[in-house]
Amino acid sequence: MIQPTHSSRRILLPARGWFVYLSLCVALVLNLIPFGRLPGIPDWFALALVFWCIHQPLKVGMGAGFFFGLVIDVANGSVMGQHALAYVLLAFAAGGLSRRILWFPVAQQALHVLPLLLGAQLVMLLIRLAAGAEFPGVLYFLSSFFAVLLWHPLNYVLLLPQYQAVERDENRPI
Amino acid sequence: MFPRREIPAVMSTAGHTGHTPPPFFKRGPAPLARLAFFVTLALLLLVADLRFRTLEVARMAVATVLWPLQKAVLLPVEGAGEAGNYFSNLASLQLENVELRKRQLAQANLLLRQAHLEDENRRLRALLAMQERLDVPVRAAEILYAARDPFSRRIIIDHGLNHGIESGQAVIDDLGVVGQVTRAFPLTSEVTLLTDKNQLIPVQVARNGLRAVVAGAGSGAMELKFLPANADVQPGDTLVTSGLDGIYLPGLPVAKVISIDRNTSFSFARIDCAPLAGVERHGQVLVLGKRIAPEMPEEPNEPSKNTVKGRRTAK
Repeated sequence: MIQPTHSSRRILLPARGWFVYLSLCVALVLNLIPFGRLPGIPDWFALALVFWCIHQPLKVGMGAGFFFGLVIDVANGSVMGQHALAYVLLAFAAGGLSRRILWFPVAQQALHVLPLLLGAQLVMLLIRLAAGAEFPGVLYFLSSFFAVLLWHPLNYVLLLPQYQAVERDENRPI
Repeated sequence: MFPRREIPAVMSTAGHTGHTPPPFFKRGPAPLARLAFFVTLALLLLVADLRFRTLEVARMAVATVLWPLQKAVLLPVEGAGEAGNYFSNLASLQLENVELRKRQLAQANLLLRQAHLEDENRRLRALLAMQERLDVPVRAAEILYAARDPFSRRIIIDHGLNHGIESGQAVIDDLGVVGQVTRAFPLTSEVTLLTDKNQLIPVQVARNGLRAVVAGAGSGAMELKFLPANADVQPGDTLVTSGLDGIYLPGLPVAKVISIDRNTSFSFARIDCAPLAGVERHGQVLVLGKRIAPEMPEEPNEPSKNTVKGRRTAK
């Protein structure tokens, strides 16, 4: 029923809700690591959110983006609603494009994800500039490029539970 | 042929009872409706936080719940930092030691005479019937980390409401003013650095007492604002707090003037400054207690009444 991409013939197990939300929580915890002003640290949560909005648009959507966005706003000490708004728009775009993106091989999926992540960063930048903050420099956008490089490994990590066989065979454990 | 006859019959019954989609088509409201709902909610939150600052209680509640998680994440980072310290080579430590000894010796003269000078100052002030300079309690705190917000310059320190920290208190280090506590949570508090673009501090030029306001200019610099092009400021001047705001104690070093651009096409000179304290550095800071601003003198009221009365009688 569910395939890693529409063009592949491999059939996956259905995704488990607890695993989806566990991975989102892990991404949130990764976002809490204080790297300070080091540029190029990917926004782990945005990446995980885009991944699940593309692969499971019925399970993860704008509600999750809004809720977790508020938590990140508090943790980062940024304006309340800044990440929430960006993630809601991100989840909407990713969910709407999921039918299209899944037809492409993984490398080209990453090329689709890049403008989504950059758009979310741009939304946050516009909100803060409108509120009178300083421009953080062009290197601010570097984090999206690093995040996109992780799209391929992320596909393996997050789809691993679904790659298991329906009936476990002792002779062929994988 | 047989099934085709069946289908219209089913559809006609459905038409009588009303069309209900099978449960696997139920997906809640349309995506656009959900988007509009969440975007409106987020915009309301943004306005409430930016314009009216009404969400501090909610922020504090979420931050308190989140703190154990943040602490857990911080542990490996601190561990890595300590491991780095452990392996930092002996030479750098010795260099630092020599530097510190030199500074201590240079300040010894002042430190040794400080108590004597303070005594003398108090006596002289008493003689002149001036108000006593108020001393404030201080509390040492450690910088935990720099907030992960690329648009502002804030640090988190390990003391909060439980230790008596309130928002508005000044934060200094061994060289000068670092910033101001802008949010206090139960166990931590958020300090906005002087280099943040929205942070202002009233200062005076130490050389001649000229009063002005210093604002953060982004990228680690500061700017002396609203001084006319012919103001008496020179590169190398030290700026100290003026104490007019009732928050910062007067006389704390803030910044050093780096360059001045007296372009007459603008009404104000552009004066760039560099912070004196290790504003972007990690380490320990001192949080100064709330300063009680000296009360306004009451004397001038009565003479003014008298003069008014005098005028009225004259009329």
